[in-house]
Amino acid sequence: MAEAAAEVASVLDQAAAWLAEGRQVALATVIATWGSSPRPVGSQMAVDDRGAMAGSVSGGCIEGAVVHEAQQVLTTGEPRLLSFGVADETAWSVGLACGGKVELYLEAIR
Amino acid sequence: MRRRLFDALRRAQAEKRAVALVTDLGTGLQTLVHADAQEGDVALEDEFLPQVRDAIRRDRSGIVEFYEGRFFIQVQNPPLRLIIIGAVHIAQALAPMAALAGYDVTVVDPRRAFATDARFPAITLNGEWPDDALAALAPDHRTAIVTLTHDPKLDDPALLAALSSPAFYVGALGSRKTHAKRRERLAEAGAGEDAFARIKGPVGLDISAVTPAEIAISILAEMTLTLRGGPKAKGEG
Repeated sequence: MAEAAAEVASVLDQAAAWLAEGRQVALATVIATWGSSPRPVGSQMAVDDRGAMAGSVSGGCIEGAVVHEAQQVLTTGEPRLLSFGVADETAWSVGLACGGKVELYLEAIR
Repeated sequence: MRRRLFDALRRAQAEKRAVALVTDLGTGLQTLVHADAQEGDVALEDEFLPQVRDAIRRDRSGIVEFYEGRFFIQVQNPPLRLIIIGAVHIAQALAPMAALAGYDVTVVDPRRAFATDARFPAITLNGEWPDDALAALAPDHRTAIVTLTHDPKLDDPALLAALSSPAFYVGALGSRKTHAKRRERLAEAGAGEDAFARIKGPVGLDISAVTPAEIAISILAEMTLTLRGGPKAKGEG
């Protein structure tokens, strides 16, 4: 979304900087939200193969789990759909404290 | 995402061109849609393109279904723009605040003593007369325009130009009394009641602001409210 334009610019800039350093980089994008999720659709976060991150996809509740998942995606090269929410405890060990639900698309930049 | 598409996405961003990245959530295949072209893993069907263009126009990323597939459209528009008329004290607060909120900010003031890099570090300055400046900057529906000079010679031509543009927000600094006089002058210049009603004046949300920084907050808050659509947006997350 528009509001995210400048901020997404800096996320992609950071991703490009990591790629230029020879790091592997994964990109997570919020593709759907329900309830009171803190970040709108289109928000992005980049993660490199050392676990460094830029940007955000929630208010800080799930970024750690996304960094973890990103390492799998960087290993396999296969994109993943992730969903996080309080009602979804069986699938994911972390939830959103705010009570919302968020779906992410996580992919490697290759 | 292929590196080639990632690079194309960054180029579009640097050149401030609107594009959309379309991802087939089933297969992971991706297409980057430009104004008049597309590139990527697969060419989107002609029937699908209007939905993508509509998403770009509405500045709304999201999932759409097309036949059996589920696609995510990531809209990448150039930044929102704010054009401030008057390189005054309030502008010195408003310009960096708006930049932080994601706006591309231009400050217009033909008075050389006001529009200096020392007063506006890292902000684009334009020394043209406001009507010439606005004609060149061509405000669109993702642009906000705020006049702050208090000088009708500078503010009025800017407001007339702003009202003939699709700018989403037009604000004018000045008290109710000043605003009433402005109404008379602009009416003489040909601005009708409907056009004049678009001007937010006195500018900004009423938060009892006193200092230049507080007034800047009230203006940025009103711009945000206008952009995001008010109470309706509450509860949508």
